[in-house]
Amino acid sequence: MAELDDLYQEVILDHNKSPRNYRVLANANRRAEGYNPLCGDHVTVYVKLDDGVIQDIAFQGSGCAISKASASLMTAELKGKTEAAAEDLFESVHKMLTGDPEANHESVGKLKILAGVCKFPARVKCASLAWHTVNAALKGESQPATTE
Amino acid sequence: MKAAPQYLGSVQAFDVMRLREDFPILRQKVHGKPLVYLDNGATSQKPQAVIDAVNHYYTAENSNIHRGVHYLSERATAAYEAAREKVRRFINAETEKEIVFVRGTTEAINLVSQSYGRTFLKVGDEIIVSALEHHSNIVPWQILCEQTGAKLRVIPINHKGELVLEEFSRLLNEKTKFVSIAHVSNALGTIVPIKEIIRAAHERGIPVLVDGAQAVPHLRVDVRNLDCDFYAFSGHKMFGPTGVGILYGRRELLDAMPPYQAGGDMISLVTFEKTHYNVLPYKFEAGTPNIAGGIGLGTAIDYLLALDWEGLAEHEHGLLSYATDALASIDGLRIIGTAAEKAGVLSFVLDSVHAHDVGTILDQEGVAVRAGHHCAMPVMQRFGVPATTRASFALYNTTAEIDVLAQAIHRVRKVFG
Repeated sequence: MAELDDLYQEVILDHNKSPRNYRVLANANRRAEGYNPLCGDHVTVYVKLDDGVIQDIAFQGSGCAISKASASLMTAELKGKTEAAAEDLFESVHKMLTGDPEANHESVGKLKILAGVCKFPARVKCASLAWHTVNAALKGESQPATTE
Repeated sequence: MKAAPQYLGSVQAFDVMRLREDFPILRQKVHGKPLVYLDNGATSQKPQAVIDAVNHYYTAENSNIHRGVHYLSERATAAYEAAREKVRRFINAETEKEIVFVRGTTEAINLVSQSYGRTFLKVGDEIIVSALEHHSNIVPWQILCEQTGAKLRVIPINHKGELVLEEFSRLLNEKTKFVSIAHVSNALGTIVPIKEIIRAAHERGIPVLVDGAQAVPHLRVDVRNLDCDFYAFSGHKMFGPTGVGILYGRRELLDAMPPYQAGGDMISLVTFEKTHYNVLPYKFEAGTPNIAGGIGLGTAIDYLLALDWEGLAEHEHGLLSYATDALASIDGLRIIGTAAEKAGVLSFVLDSVHAHDVGTILDQEGVAVRAGHHCAMPVMQRFGVPATTRASFALYNTTAEIDVLAQAIHRVRKVFG
């Protein structure tokens, strides 16, 4: 059961139970929706972006513990970061989730708690949904983001 | 009192442990635990006889059908056409001309919606489906509606997941031109009273398609007794190979319909001025088909017909009621779909734990289930849940496996506190 414990760590279960920044952001100037067509999970990410800096960020939606915890951890990590730094982090997190041998777990800060996901290929999209969505929000895309 | 049935010849009394021996995949371990395969609604496992039939075709008979004059082509053609005859007998169709090989249920429904629908439906006509349909019995009709200007009407379901038949009577009117209904719901397990629906539709001369994908592994289907106009099902959910399925169509309807796809085998004469289409069923079978799949499906039918169906029905009914009792006693577990008549499916939600997390933890215990919306998002919306976990049973499942499922669900509760 070592692998299962890697996936459902205390921190992840905690973020699932009490997700951070789980609300509508009234003054958001960027917003995107994300869907995982495979399972029907859906998330809305709100961003308040000023001068290329993420001043505030929040999310709402429905999904499994992994997708909710990933979104919660993501908002906590991205607050105050520049757009460019957010993109770099997206790259690093994606590498970690997909088990890329070049992944550097130290560069993702607290998000390395999600490293166990790469051992569960069916769950990678759960963890990456919020990230695809924030990417779409920052790029101002009008189509909902999907994990496909 | 009726005498106990005597099973003679190749039919043996139903014995699940002996029958499990026929399915080699069930012997394996998953994450170090014996595989408990409860995802039969998605696809069933294959008996050795079916695997051998496919293997034998490629080893000894592989050749294109309906074309060659050579030995192998004649053997392959004979084997493929023998499979068609087995399908005819399996569903009691009148003639093999009414048995069209397709890729699966989805293609069968698309064939009817495009060929029949685009020919005979027009602006303002109405098509009736139900609220428990799989996406493959919704979306083809929505596309047809966009193409023709027809409208889709939906029979609602009640809180148990049963069709509200009074609403069906109310929806039927002079504009209704087609009815397309599942025989058994894939997400809820509800057995739909299709005979009643067909009778009511036929009183008004409306043709009915039955999506039988989830019915054929559990119920004996007799298309003449049902009096349906079309019956669609897949090979892979009834212990046959993937990529092959059947559209049964009443002969006079198939005759009146134009081809669905065009190419080789569906023609009798081609010139650049005019092409004459082939006779039934070949008019609907353009291109080289899934020959090995068709032959494998024939073998799956041989396998099913050799079973004691009374014993099988009793076994499956016992499994479902055992599982229902076992799961209903788990704290915070809610069963979705509690129709009086059900077949082989147990969908549930667990308080504050998403179906995906349930599915992953169950998998670690060797238990394979489906987690998600089951390609039936309107059903999820009806019950106000984003997703369910679905255990779906087949003839080889045992009550001991259901005990493992229940134990695994307790483990989910432990992980999530």
